[in-house]
Amino acid sequence: MQSAEQLRTRVKRRKLIVQGTILIITVLAVWGAVSNAQYNLTRLNMTSGFAFLERGTGWNYSFSLVERSINDPYAYTLFIGLLNTLFVGFTCIVTTTIFGFVVGTMRDARHPALNFIANVYVQIFRNIPLILQAVFLYALLIHIGGPRQAISLGDVAFLSGRGLMLPGLNVSPWVAVAMLGACLALAIGLILAKVTLWRGLAGWLGGSVAMIMVMAVSFRPEGANLLSLPELQGLRFRGGVSVPIELFALVASITLYGSAYIAEIVRGGLAQVPRGLVEAGQALGLTRAAIWARIKVPMALRSIIPPLGNQWIFMMKATTIGIAIGFSDLFYITVNSISQSGQTLELILLLMLTFLAINYSIAIFTNWLNARLQLKEH
Amino acid sequence: MALTEIAAPAPMGLTPPSRVQIARTKFLKYGFGSPLAAAVSVLVFALLAYILWRFVDWAVVHAVWSRDNVDQCGHGGACWAVIDARHRLILFGTYPFEEHWRSTLAAIAIVATVLLSCIPAMWQPARLAVLWVVGFAAYYLLMEGSLLGLQQVTTDGWGGLSLTLFLFAAVVLLGMPMGLGLALMRRSDMPVVKWFALIIIDTIRSLPLVTTLFTAAVVVPLFLPGWLDGDKIWRVILAFALFFACYQAEVFRGGFQAIPKGQVEAGKALGLGYWNIMGRIVLPQVFRHALPSTINMVVVTFKETAIVTIIGFFDILASGKTAFGTADWAPYYIEVYLFVAAIYWVFIYSLGQYGEYLKGRMALSER
Repeated sequence: MQSAEQLRTRVKRRKLIVQGTILIITVLAVWGAVSNAQYNLTRLNMTSGFAFLERGTGWNYSFSLVERSINDPYAYTLFIGLLNTLFVGFTCIVTTTIFGFVVGTMRDARHPALNFIANVYVQIFRNIPLILQAVFLYALLIHIGGPRQAISLGDVAFLSGRGLMLPGLNVSPWVAVAMLGACLALAIGLILAKVTLWRGLAGWLGGSVAMIMVMAVSFRPEGANLLSLPELQGLRFRGGVSVPIELFALVASITLYGSAYIAEIVRGGLAQVPRGLVEAGQALGLTRAAIWARIKVPMALRSIIPPLGNQWIFMMKATTIGIAIGFSDLFYITVNSISQSGQTLELILLLMLTFLAINYSIAIFTNWLNARLQLKEH
Repeated sequence: MALTEIAAPAPMGLTPPSRVQIARTKFLKYGFGSPLAAAVSVLVFALLAYILWRFVDWAVVHAVWSRDNVDQCGHGGACWAVIDARHRLILFGTYPFEEHWRSTLAAIAIVATVLLSCIPAMWQPARLAVLWVVGFAAYYLLMEGSLLGLQQVTTDGWGGLSLTLFLFAAVVLLGMPMGLGLALMRRSDMPVVKWFALIIIDTIRSLPLVTTLFTAAVVVPLFLPGWLDGDKIWRVILAFALFFACYQAEVFRGGFQAIPKGQVEAGKALGLGYWNIMGRIVLPQVFRHALPSTINMVVVTFKETAIVTIIGFFDILASGKTAFGTADWAPYYIEVYLFVAAIYWVFIYSLGQYGEYLKGRMALSER
C-alpha cells in the first residue's frame, strides 16, 4: 500500500511527463514544418520575407473605396482589400441588426399575418447556404442587363446588371468620410454619456442628419445641386452614387441571411423577458408599443447582446465569400496576391493576423457594450 | 395572454376547445381585432397569395417538364427540362455514368446513417460510433470500388450531392472525437494541455472557414514532407473537421458547465480514476445536455460544406453551375439554383426541426 504522499508525487510526475511530451511533440512538429518549408522554398527558388510588399502588383480587381491603380504596391493593394472587408462587414452589421430587429419583433408579435410572414422569411433564408444565396442573387442581378434595361425604383434609384445607382449628396469623398466620422463620434459620445436607449437613438439620428445637412450645404461645390440624382445618358448613368453589382449582391445576400439569424436571437431575447414585467406594464395602462419600447427591448437587450456580438463576428468572416462572386475583399486580394507573387506563407500569415485582430476588436467592443447595458446591481 | 379568457371555463359535460379552435379564436382576435390589424392581415395575406400564385404559375402551370420538349422552354414558365436532362450531373458530378447506381447507394447510406442516429435507441456513444463508421465505410467502399472488385473511381471523380454528403459525413465523423478531445484538454488541470487546446480553439474560431480550408489545400503542403502530403481532399476534410471540433468543443464546454462539481468529487471520494469519472459519470450527462446544440452544429456543418466550392471541389453547388454552363442551358440558371437550394433546404430544415423537437422534449423532461 502506497502512502498518500507517494501517490501525490506519482500523479505529479505523470502530469509533468504528459505536458513535457506535448511540448516536445509540438516543438518537433513546428521545427519539422519550418525546415520543410525552408527546403521547399529553396527548391522552388523563392525568397521569403516581406520585401515583396513594396513591389507593384500589375493586376486589377473589382472594387475599391479609394483611388487605386494597377501599379500599386502589394502593401497598398492589401490595405484596399482590408478596407473593403471592413466596409462590407460594417455595412452588413448595421443592415442585419436593423432588419433582424424588425423581423425578430414580428416573430414575437401576436399578429398572425406578421408572425407568419416573418416565420416564412426566417425558415427560407436561414436554411440555405449563404454562398448559394450569394451566387444565386448575383446571377439574378447580372441577368437584369445593362443600364437601358435598368429597373427604376421611383425614378431616383436604378438597379441594373452593372450596379445599383442611388441618389447621393454632392460632396467630395473626404467630406463623406468626415460625415461618417462625425456620426460615429456622436454615437460613441452618446453611449459614453449613458443616455438611455431610445433617447440616445433619437438624438443620434437627429444629430447625424443635422450634421450631414450642415456639412453638405457648406461643402457643396459652387453652383451644384445639393442632391445628385442618377440619370440615364446614352449607355450609362451619370450622377448619383454607383454601387457595383458585386458589392450590392454581397451586402444584400449577407443581410438576408444574417438577418434571419439575428431575428431568431431577438425573438429569443424578447421571449425571455419575464411575463410579470409585461403584465406590470399592462396593469399601469401602457400601450403595447410602450411596453415593447420601454420594457421588453431594454430588458431583452441584455440577453441579446452576447449572441449578437457573435453574429457580428460571423458577418465579418462571411465577407470572405465575396470571392465566389468576384468582390475584392481581403481574402480575394490575398488569394490573388498568392497566385501572382507566390509569397504564400507571408500572405496567409498577414490574412490570419488581420482576422484575429478584427474579431478580437469586435469581441472587446461587445463585451464593453454588454457591461454598459447590464442591470446595475443594487 | 391568459388562455382562460379564450378557452372560457367549460360548462359541465362539454369538452374543452380543441387546439384548432384555440388557434382560430386567437387568429381572429389578434389578426382582425382592430381595423388596423385587419388591414395589415388582408394586405400581407393578399401579397403572399399573389407571390404564391405567380410562383405556381411560373413553376407549375406554364412549366416545361420533359427534356423532349426543350423547344417549348422560355415562354413565361419554368424550364424544368434542364433538371430532367442534367440531374445526373448535379447529383453525381463527373462520376462514371454506368456506375451512378453506386453513387446513389452511397448517398443513401449516408442519409440512412443520419436518419438512424435520430432514433433515441441509438443514443449511446458506442452504437453511434459503430453506426457512423459503418455508414461511412459503406459510402467509401461503394464510391471507391476497388476493394469490392468494382471499377476504381478515385476521389477526383466524386462530385455533386454525393460529394457534399461525403464531406459532411467525414467532417462530423472525424470532428466529433476531436471536439471531445479538445473539450477535455481545455478542462485539464495541466496548464500546458489546457493552453494548447485554448490556443487552437480560439485561433480556428476566429478565422473564416474559407481561410482555414484554403490554408489546408494550398499552404500546408509547403510545410509537409512529400510522403505526408496525401490527397488534397483529405487535407481539406481534416481542416474542416478541426473547424468543426473547435466549435463542438465549445458546445461540450456548455454541457460540462451543467454538471455539478459535487458529482466529480463524489466519484473521487469513491476512489474512481479520471477516465472512470469522465466515462461513467460526467460524459453521459454532458452528451445529453449538449445534444440540441450538437444537432445545431451538425446542421451548420452541412450548410458550410458549400464553401468547398471556392477552393475548387466539385460539390453540388459547383456541379449545379456546370449543369447550366453550356450555351443551351445557360438561360435556365434559375431552375438549377432553385433545385440545388431545394435539396439543401430539405436536408437543413428537417434536421433543424428535429433539433427543435428534441429541445422541446428535453425541456419537458427537465421540468
